[in-house]
Amino acid sequence: MTTMTDPPQGSFRLSMLLYDTRYRSMTFQAIALLTLIVAIAYLTNNLLVNLAAQGLNISYGFLADPAGYDIDQRLIEYDNQMSHSRAALVGVLNTLLVAFLACMMATIFGVIAGVLRLSKNWLVSKLMAFYVEIFRNIPVLIWIIIIYTIMTAVLPPPNAFRGDNATSSMLMDMFAFTNRGIYLPAPVWGPGSMVVVAVFIASVFGVFAYRRYAKTLLYSTGQLLPTGWPSLVILLVPTILMYFIMGRPVGLDTPALQGFNFRGGIKVGAPLIALWFALSIYTGAFIAENVRAGIQAVSKGQTEAAGALGLRPGRIMNLVVLPQALRVIIPPLISQYLNITKNSSLAIAVGYMDITGTLGGITLNQTGRAIECVLLLMLFYLTISLSISAIMNVYNNSVKLKER
Amino acid sequence: MKKSVFLGALTVAGLAAGAAAAGTLDDVKARGTLNCGVTTGLVGFAAPDANGEWKGFDVSVCRAVAAAVLGDATAVEFVPTTGKTRFTALASGEIDMLARNTTWTFSRDVDLKFTFVGVNYYDGQGFMVPKALGVSSAKELDGATVCVQTGTTTELNLADFFRANNISYDPVPIETNAEGQQQYLAGACDTYTTDASGLAATRATFENPGEHALLPEIISKEPLGPLVRHGDDEWGDVVRWTLNALITAEELGVTSANVNEMASGSTNPEVKRLLGTEGTLGEMLGLDADWAMRAISSQGNYGEIFATTIGEETPIALSRGLNAQWTNGGLIYSPPFR
Amino acid sequence: MSDTHAHTVSFVRTETLPEREPPYAASGPVKWMRENLFATPANGLLTLVALYVIYVALSGVLPWIFNGVWNAGSLTECREILDGTRGACFAVLSERWPQLIFGFKYPPEYYWRPTVAFLLLFVAVAPVLFFDLPRKLLAFTAVYPFIAFWLIWGGTVLSPVLAFVGVAGGAMVYQKLVNRSFAAGFFGGIVAAYVIWKIGGFLIPETASDNAMLGAVPSRDLGGFMLNMMLGVTCVTLSVPIGIALALGRQSSMPLIKWICVVFIEFIRGVPLITLLFVASVMLAYFFPPESSVDLFLRVVIMITMFSAAYIAEVIRGGLAALPKGQYEGADSLGLDYAQATRLIILPQALKISIPGIVNIAVGLFKDTTLVSVISMFDILGMIRGPILASTEWNGVYWELLGFAALLFFVVCYGISQYSQWLERRLATDHR
Repeated sequence: MTTMTDPPQGSFRLSMLLYDTRYRSMTFQAIALLTLIVAIAYLTNNLLVNLAAQGLNISYGFLADPAGYDIDQRLIEYDNQMSHSRAALVGVLNTLLVAFLACMMATIFGVIAGVLRLSKNWLVSKLMAFYVEIFRNIPVLIWIIIIYTIMTAVLPPPNAFRGDNATSSMLMDMFAFTNRGIYLPAPVWGPGSMVVVAVFIASVFGVFAYRRYAKTLLYSTGQLLPTGWPSLVILLVPTILMYFIMGRPVGLDTPALQGFNFRGGIKVGAPLIALWFALSIYTGAFIAENVRAGIQAVSKGQTEAAGALGLRPGRIMNLVVLPQALRVIIPPLISQYLNITKNSSLAIAVGYMDITGTLGGITLNQTGRAIECVLLLMLFYLTISLSISAIMNVYNNSVKLKER
Repeated sequence: MKKSVFLGALTVAGLAAGAAAAGTLDDVKARGTLNCGVTTGLVGFAAPDANGEWKGFDVSVCRAVAAAVLGDATAVEFVPTTGKTRFTALASGEIDMLARNTTWTFSRDVDLKFTFVGVNYYDGQGFMVPKALGVSSAKELDGATVCVQTGTTTELNLADFFRANNISYDPVPIETNAEGQQQYLAGACDTYTTDASGLAATRATFENPGEHALLPEIISKEPLGPLVRHGDDEWGDVVRWTLNALITAEELGVTSANVNEMASGSTNPEVKRLLGTEGTLGEMLGLDADWAMRAISSQGNYGEIFATTIGEETPIALSRGLNAQWTNGGLIYSPPFR
Repeated sequence: MSDTHAHTVSFVRTETLPEREPPYAASGPVKWMRENLFATPANGLLTLVALYVIYVALSGVLPWIFNGVWNAGSLTECREILDGTRGACFAVLSERWPQLIFGFKYPPEYYWRPTVAFLLLFVAVAPVLFFDLPRKLLAFTAVYPFIAFWLIWGGTVLSPVLAFVGVAGGAMVYQKLVNRSFAAGFFGGIVAAYVIWKIGGFLIPETASDNAMLGAVPSRDLGGFMLNMMLGVTCVTLSVPIGIALALGRQSSMPLIKWICVVFIEFIRGVPLITLLFVASVMLAYFFPPESSVDLFLRVVIMITMFSAAYIAEVIRGGLAALPKGQYEGADSLGLDYAQATRLIILPQALKISIPGIVNIAVGLFKDTTLVSVISMFDILGMIRGPILASTEWNGVYWELLGFAALLFFVVCYGISQYSQWLERRLATDHR
């Protein structure tokens, strides 16, 4: 019996590599591997020959050298005597900053526009359709430049705020809109302010605790507690009380015109604003489409059934439609966030010092280390993208319809 | 696989032509055009006019080299480069020479491996401010917003200057001169800093040049000159001596107008060597005897180029200053043709 | 009974009343407005806000447009003509439009050539986009790339002819051999084309371009909106076959090939296009053989093609995944091998599902071609930000120029996305 099932032995011929499906895939893979190795070897060889001909080499030593240039918009301490790697870190943080801000705002724009586009109000839905089409069909780079131009060419220079017959004035004496950026008052943390902050954080937890209590109460007894205004009270009242008890420890540092520019307060530079808004409205148009598709994906029967159960429209949205729509909305939403992060590299067009502007811009220009800088730059974006993809996979698995 | 086929197709179609390995001189001759890297647009130094024709001081150097090597001053392909792309373009062989108001520095020469063949303009970094700002010295710029081109030596000089004087500033990094000009005019920065010549050239394009002033401080040395790759000394010599020929021509009084009669009629042995009627200088360079004559007759001598592109008669109105011949107290000095 | 009833109850009407118009508020525009604009107080408020927004926007923009100046030599002249009133200075468009469209170095006497190529593009893509047109038109589509190449770059006509002959020869060999084995046909075709190009390359004299019928234009001289169009069309066309190969590779059962494709796709999709353009402008030149130099246009085409190929591969992978498993099993049960099954059963269906996705990628890619302005190529945005805004005459004319560029992109992209929606409806063969 064993002889019957044994494969034919000892009859392996070379032609079987091509015609026998058992071996053919091996052959193909071997060819692919060989081609890949040859291609890589060829390119590497070219690279080495070219570099040798120029007397250049690949070295990352320049990262430790002093950068020598200054950066205006920065989140961490930096001056021109610090190293190129420090400058790159400033850039990384700036990238993350603008990406975070733009993701927040794009979501807000997108949700508003997406929901309003489904509004029964003809005018509003048409207006939103117009917004979506206009912003989706014009390159984001043009939007960045348009908004940057609005910032620099339409807003007044700090000079206009000067003198007795100033042509511009500050909003509420706190906010200054200039063509170099927007100046906001900054909080000054006096002694005792930590107590206020601690109380505020405690009240945030308090709100959650209250809401959980209300929910348990609802499920166990059916008694419905109001959640809206009590949350607000819990959130604000203790903090405000503590603020006055501690003798108003938190002050405001308002910007004031001094020398050439406004000093004090927080400066949000024009490039940051241009990038932030352009990415937000551009991506917001895409998110609006996702939101609309998500809401439309929830069948009408769900809404009607919820209505038949006696739920109010607001609750239908919160408890029935949104949970189902989110399942459809969130995956494309996360890939839009990814797009924002990648598109933030267009910062270079308006001189915002993100990672492309520092490492891939000035450092590259000053050191001439093009290959090293571009490789590091790609590595950074790759890390971000792959982490976001990983998060997305985890989410997708967690919301997958549980089929039993 | 597909890509290589595609590449092959285009190679056949003649898009990817040219060579950049050993002899740039031979490559240029074989190709019949000179690829010359220039700035993306700085009026007076290199900028396309309304017809797309490149004009300017750096452009003339390129044209002179093309005239010397190829006998045709128009056989130049101008490649606009930014601060970021200029060195890679040269190192990778995309361009044969770079004439883009580039400062000769130690690290560019030694670390980036480029050969600066000489200096065609001695410059220094200055500041331009609107007169309405009421600033008369760069040291009064404490807290100012400064527009500066990235990837340039000016960016580093700026940081050094403000640190040395213990004053602060907000940098606005910009990529091209055109952008810097727009930002400055829109008032997004208080002052614009770059080479003093570049400032003058930029100011000349303003609607009201009179409303803007250059501050007296010159905060750096910026010797600008054409450069080539390290390791190809033959080609470096061609560019170097073409530039020197233009300078020597001015010193010896050879102009584009009289170059022909000087070639035949001059008794000065150096003029004769320069113009190839005596000696074999052209042959030593790997060119023919008339090389310098063609360069001079097509573009004029150094003084003529200066006068027609950036001199006092032009809107840019730069005086010779440091760039006068050494005989007139300037720094422009060519080694002898011997 | 009814009769008596009618007699006895005198207030019952016996004849029908004439139809009356519906009340004023329940018909016509008023009804429409009540239902669509003022259904609830909140809704009405929303309408008023929207009307106000529209009013503010239009009252700002319309006078500016209608008061525009079309003939002037510079911004200063424009301002003189406007004499203090608000108005656009469209003169910059009428004076510089050739530069905006063709770039500042493309020879003006040759402007007709890209224009013809552009018009022919419609003829060439029509049979691809609209299935109802006669299939014979596809022959022109096949020839079009070579015609367009010749029209735009000029030079000797021999180069595109040779390229075409090579492709045609390769295709013929493929047709001959494909019945035996797909691999033989595929590689045979490539070898044939390569041989023809090599031989032909020797036959074309070096100086053929010098006195050609159409003067040669170096690719460095291309610019303006033409550059955007060319990059968009070329890269999308080239990336579709590469994208198909990558998608098939990613679905492959061979682990090595699968991983090569996965790494390539994820790498390209993980980095922004701008870094790939940096690679094209500052890095790629080092990877070519030392004795060759590939010009920037070609390097950019290579990188953008790789970029869009990775995205198209993901779209096609979605199409492949959406096919019911029965299709694969059916093909297997017919005894088709992998190449036949893919070519005849799987791809035609998967591609049909993926077309709208591919069109979306194409629109996105076309918009992204503006990024080349960052690496000092003079596309339409590069022209605006560089030579035009820097010139003495037009310093400060932002809105007219940016608006013009935005309008061009909007028209093209909106047109394509409308086509895509039409196609989606057309392809929806399931009955709902």
